[in-house]
Amino acid sequence: MSSATLEKEAPVRPASKRAGPAASRRDRWSRRAPLLPALIFAIVVTQVPFLVTLYLSTLSWNALRPGSREFTGLSNYATVLSDGRLRAALVNTVVLTASSVVVSVLIGLGLAILLDRKFPGRGVVRTLLITPFLVMPMAAALLWKHAIYNPAYGLINGILGGDTDWVSGYPMVAVVATLVWQWTPFMMLIILAGLQSQSLETLEAARVDGASAWQTFLHITLPYLRPYLELSALLGSIYLVQTFDAVFTITQGGPGTATTNLPYEIYLTTFRKFEYGEAAAAGVVVVIGTIAVATFALRVISGLFKMEVSR
Amino acid sequence: MRRLPWTILAWAAGLVFFFPVLWMVLTGFKREADAASNPPTWVFTPTLDGYRQVFDRDLTPYLLNSLMASLFSTLLVLVLATPAAYALSLRPVGKWRDALFFFISTKMLPAVAALLPIYLVVKELGMLDNVWTMVILYSAMNLPLAIWMMRSFLLEVPASVLEAAEMDGAGLLVSIRRVLLPIVSPGLAATALICFIFSWNEFFFAVNLTATRAGTAPIFLVGFISSEGLFLARLCAAATLVSLPVVLAGWLAQKQLVRGLSMGAVK
Repeated sequence: MSSATLEKEAPVRPASKRAGPAASRRDRWSRRAPLLPALIFAIVVTQVPFLVTLYLSTLSWNALRPGSREFTGLSNYATVLSDGRLRAALVNTVVLTASSVVVSVLIGLGLAILLDRKFPGRGVVRTLLITPFLVMPMAAALLWKHAIYNPAYGLINGILGGDTDWVSGYPMVAVVATLVWQWTPFMMLIILAGLQSQSLETLEAARVDGASAWQTFLHITLPYLRPYLELSALLGSIYLVQTFDAVFTITQGGPGTATTNLPYEIYLTTFRKFEYGEAAAAGVVVVIGTIAVATFALRVISGLFKMEVSR
Repeated sequence: MRRLPWTILAWAAGLVFFFPVLWMVLTGFKREADAASNPPTWVFTPTLDGYRQVFDRDLTPYLLNSLMASLFSTLLVLVLATPAAYALSLRPVGKWRDALFFFISTKMLPAVAALLPIYLVVKELGMLDNVWTMVILYSAMNLPLAIWMMRSFLLEVPASVLEAAEMDGAGLLVSIRRVLLPIVSPGLAATALICFIFSWNEFFFAVNLTATRAGTAPIFLVGFISSEGLFLARLCAAATLVSLPVVLAGWLAQKQLVRGLSMGAVK
């Protein structure tokens, strides 16, 4: 963690010059007061539910069986961890998140490079490109499922011919393609901001030294962009790992469990099977996994702050 | 003229990405027979039938629910986040770094793990299918983003400006109102925009906690498709309508979009 650099970033104003414990205590509280409402709100709405989840995960509780609500210790965890469904959902989540993020970052990088030069209508092209990100995700999922993938009258078969059922034939690709379409503009915007903050002098110097455009890109631009690529991938992962709308609409997790990711699987356990105890245990497992990934993610965020300061 | 191919490529990419949106808008103006044709219908006489049928099915209450949930949660987030961001930047508390990372970590915890307890509590309180429940949840969802974003705007306020106000004998509240707010109001607007977008588009909590009374726009879309299967023109008209506010807002505020989406990390 780059705590030292973060420290520098906030101009810490010295506390009241009148020394004395009473004054400094008052000062501390007057500093804290504006933070407290937000802090309390966040703790109540986001942390307390997790404690309740922890408690629920130790119960054998199916909402369809009245009176079946007793303490069972860790048996839900045994069920959940030995159940193939959750493992399948975990694998699907990793595949879905990683492939959507990687593909949209790569395409986003390409588009950002295209937009980093002046050309007629650049503003219009940029506006066109960001539009998919602004369309409501549910509308986008429905649009792709019915107007684009549909075997009988969808746009793909309408143009290419044939009667391939894209959603049942290539379910994961169908979901990922929709997500990539929506998230590429997001990646592009962040990478483009990085490209445009690059100093022209460095690039000019490289050109004078006889570096080709490709060499300059590989050895100067790409290393410079690294934090921006990391940030876009990280933020994309935070959102995409929670993908629900696209799976819910396009494939309903199917065929079988081919595209059931963790959010959809837990949703099914909760509201289709009403296995509250198991759903809670699965939730806890997901949270633990997320904490592991998030610890790494936070380090990346700190790294980015270091860069911002050193610039 | 060796730039021309790149220009063409950029335009082609823009059109390819935009095309599905264009197709959605066009299909919304078709007759059902033209909408579900193979090969696709490119030339047609536009009709407003799709839109008329969408409003006949009572889209308006869903739009109002979305508007209420998004607007009030955005307000609540700004009221909570702005002072918090102040306490994490200009006049920081002792452990401001920990607090900052606590907020961002709540954003990383998967919503799905909190769904069950939230559902049970909301049910217990008799607040299922209630817009105010969504207001609270959307506020919690957007709070970290808003705090990080507002903090990045506050850090740009030059220290000298605040000191000058202090020298003139302005109290804390006065200098916030007279000096700070005018400087950060563009930032406030950008933050509000991002919060509004995410609330307007949210589906996961909406589908699990609302039904007919407090259903938001994405819920309308889902209900639409399960009962009306193949009416593609109507569906596209509805999808266009519910996407329109956010698309327009995003187009108008492109500059602020980058900063908001990166939570203030990228200017």
